[in-house]
Amino acid sequence: MTTHNDTAQYTSSEMMTITAARALSNDMTCFVGIGLPSEAANVARLTHAPDVTLIYESGTLQTKPDVLPLSIGDGELCESALTTVSVPEMFRYWLQGGHIDVGFLGTAQIDRFANLNTTVIAANHPESGKNGAHSYANPKVRLPGGGGAPEISTNAKEVFITVKHSKRTFVKDVDFITTIGFGRDGKGRDNLPTIGRGPSVVITDLCILKPDPATKELIVTSLHPGTTKQDVIDATGWEIKFADSLETTPTPNEKELQVLRELKARTEKAHSAQEIK
Amino acid sequence: MTKFMTLKDAVATYVKDGDTISLEGFTHLIPFAAGHEIIRQKRRNLSLIRMTPDLIYDQLVGAGCVRKLTFSWGGNPGVGSLHRVRDAIEHEYPCKLETVEHSHAAMANAYEAGAAGLPLAVFRGYVGSELPLVNKEIATITCPFSGEQLAAIPSIKPDVGIIHAQKADRAGNVLIEGIIGVQKEVVLSAKRSIVTVEEIVDDLDVTPNACVLPAWTVDAIAVAPEGAKPSYTLGYYDRDNNYYKQWDNISRDRDSFNQWLESHVFGQGDV
Repeated sequence: MTTHNDTAQYTSSEMMTITAARALSNDMTCFVGIGLPSEAANVARLTHAPDVTLIYESGTLQTKPDVLPLSIGDGELCESALTTVSVPEMFRYWLQGGHIDVGFLGTAQIDRFANLNTTVIAANHPESGKNGAHSYANPKVRLPGGGGAPEISTNAKEVFITVKHSKRTFVKDVDFITTIGFGRDGKGRDNLPTIGRGPSVVITDLCILKPDPATKELIVTSLHPGTTKQDVIDATGWEIKFADSLETTPTPNEKELQVLRELKARTEKAHSAQEIK
Repeated sequence: MTKFMTLKDAVATYVKDGDTISLEGFTHLIPFAAGHEIIRQKRRNLSLIRMTPDLIYDQLVGAGCVRKLTFSWGGNPGVGSLHRVRDAIEHEYPCKLETVEHSHAAMANAYEAGAAGLPLAVFRGYVGSELPLVNKEIATITCPFSGEQLAAIPSIKPDVGIIHAQKADRAGNVLIEGIIGVQKEVVLSAKRSIVTVEEIVDDLDVTPNACVLPAWTVDAIAVAPEGAKPSYTLGYYDRDNNYYKQWDNISRDRDSFNQWLESHVFGQGDV
């Protein structure tokens, strides 16, 4: 391992996961969604944030899985947790009670105000993206539903989102608001002092986006190395804006790449071993 | 008072056509054996409630037992869609399926409210979500002390609550360990309850704060070894992830599902 950081080879998926991992700091309590957020949160725990507290909605509190869970309630999460509480206790005391700093979410669809849709993809209804009830009654694709996200998004102090960048995913208006970012007009959290401040960062495989402080519209604040503005424009379903002081995202270092690859290899091995049984 | 029964007798005694039923277990301890027995006994017009309707409800829906489904996340975790549920929603096959959709926080609160004997659950939820536009059971309520607008939904009080657990002692006290989900709330909120267990033991050997359901809260206990497979029972067996992946193919097609039903459910002897 003599390769210099600057010349390390990595994929855009690895760039996304490691950038998302870096968003978490050691002193945070994080309510973790399954999939990409879980991968990022565990890379954070295994690199710069060994004491980060990871909580999954299955009730597993302060968990340290050695391999990534396939489902939100894998035995690995429970066996490596400090303690496991009931699901009502998890949502009432720990989430609604105000003990979560960051909700870390993925999504099927996200719009310019960071609203998330995991309910239905609409058929080509003229009212799609205006009021989700139209899409709901006439779906093209039925998605799994909200799960924990609608309340994670409002009861955590802030929300991180990680999702792959594409025109299908990044739409001007989501077909259905399952989980609020900042609402249809960007003002959905105004005058609601008892809920969290909402999405603070969105990390994709192309860039980092943050809500504009005034309008709450997502704007690109940092491009990943090798990504152009045009790449982001082509993969976004609205007229995306770029920050005046546009940054370049730091590349992953050797240790982060090694930890991520070993974690994925351990996960794959563990899950394929189960299959042979 | 708890009666030890065969699973066949427990379902025959306590599950009736048209009942509202919760079979719970949050990824862990999903009562598959009990679900299959309900299919074998050809119960019809059931209203099923479950936070995460995965394979077990796909099977019950595909077998034609269900007319209404209340849920908060419906999918095959890490794999994809529930094809039988989608076929019922999109094509009314094998029969029409009504759905009521919530969030996890809402359903967890509603089970807790049911166990607490309350008519409704109150929580800080659904803020900015469009789910209230499509679910008339979601209302808002104003806190009489602070004026805060909060979400309210009816409590869940099923006719029958069904769960799987590690073990019971000979008196019928039940121990649940690991991810305990909403299992205690289901049993306490339901009018009648059935618990399947891996085994009966002389002594539960519990720590003081263990999750134990006293014998007098449960109507029927049936021994069903591996009764949660392909989900898992902590301390007994792991989740069969391969089965969850295979289900995608089995369930995608009506014929292959019906063949599976014949050989794996109707073709199996009484438990």
